[in-house]
Amino acid sequence: MNTKQTISKSKIWSWLEEVIDPEIPVLNVVEMGIVRGVEFEGESLIVKITPTYSGCPAINAIEMEIHKKLKEKGIENFRVVTDYKESWTTDWMTDHAKKKLKDYGIAPPDKSLKSDDFLANLKGSQKIVPCPWCDSMDTELESEFGSTACKSQYYCNNCDQPFEHFKCI
Amino acid sequence: MNTNQNIPKAKKELVVEILLRLADDRLIHGHRLSEWAGHGPELEEDLALANVALDMIGHAAALYKYAAEIEGKPDEDHYAYFRDDIDFKNVAMVELPKGDFAFTIARQFLFSAYSYFLYEKLIETVGDEQFNGMLQKHFKEIKYHFRHSREWVFRLGDGTEESHERIQHAFDEIWMYTGELFSLDDAERTAIDKNLFVDISELKEPWLALVKDTLEEATLTLPDDDQYMFSGSRQGKHTEHLGHLLAQMQFLRRSYPDAEWK
Repeated sequence: MNTKQTISKSKIWSWLEEVIDPEIPVLNVVEMGIVRGVEFEGESLIVKITPTYSGCPAINAIEMEIHKKLKEKGIENFRVVTDYKESWTTDWMTDHAKKKLKDYGIAPPDKSLKSDDFLANLKGSQKIVPCPWCDSMDTELESEFGSTACKSQYYCNNCDQPFEHFKCI
Repeated sequence: MNTNQNIPKAKKELVVEILLRLADDRLIHGHRLSEWAGHGPELEEDLALANVALDMIGHAAALYKYAAEIEGKPDEDHYAYFRDDIDFKNVAMVELPKGDFAFTIARQFLFSAYSYFLYEKLIETVGDEQFNGMLQKHFKEIKYHFRHSREWVFRLGDGTEESHERIQHAFDEIWMYTGELFSLDDAERTAIDKNLFVDISELKEPWLALVKDTLEEATLTLPDDDQYMFSGSRQGKHTEHLGHLLAQMQFLRRSYPDAEWK
């Protein structure tokens, strides 16, 4: 198939929205901010992706899923490349995506902290993460690391439920 | 991609040298941390150490991949699996056996603090977009690793008599391996001139201040800094531990170089 002349970029974006994040199945890879660009180089389609966390084991699975999806849509001449120019941040997640995370029971990230505050912030009090189930502010950090690199573990003292928080980076 | 073009050979070699120094530290340290998988003192820590290991191996993989593009090697595995101990450029601190949990935490804390200051300066210095983008990404994660290990230094230092003794012992044991972190060699001096690296000797002061501050708060004693310091790892003179680590890490890939995961 002649890729460039028959398919618009927006069509490709909409197909990529059908690719689900394997670790967080309520979000797709576009709302996660993992897909950074869709471009044509001559007849060839280039899909640029960036990993959320460096150690994210899902990135290979995501790449495979994108391959599968594009082939399923009849595209043959394409490449998926990893782009490191910009480093992924939770600020790229849409508000809609954050809402879906909360409904799924994961406390969504808020605005990421500026790096130059880091050493000063070490001494400060911990930030409060509201419980995604009952919205209580009476929660505590259990562990900086959760079931995946992108999440930490919290416990809600109000509804006695453990929950995960998508870390802000 | 097009990294190969337009870079003079001498500069290419220098960029690769710097990439490998950063990457080797992270691969070897990550491997040591991965040895905790299934052996952590509690489930949360098992997950935490495995996550930090994944991050560090991820950092190494990205840096190796970039070096491979520049050098025209097939992929990142070339560097991880097909080099011998003498070719590895990591500091000795990261290759020491994982020891007990206190040792692992003390090492993680000292190394993450060093990485914090190193990356902060590198990000200001390195002009290459891809390289700089990687550094910025890794920097965010280094902060998590630092915070996590620092919290444990407090808990162990100001914990029970045994935990206090163990982590004090760990810092005392490791200290002779911290000298290497801040000593410049000729390759690094040349790289500094070309804006590819930073003067690591200048990082010692803020690093020591941060470490001292944390150790004091954790009721621990800062080891004597005026002592014999191990050196030579960046030039391939490693402790006996690296060979054993590589034997385990590289065995499968070297025995079955064309094997594929199905």
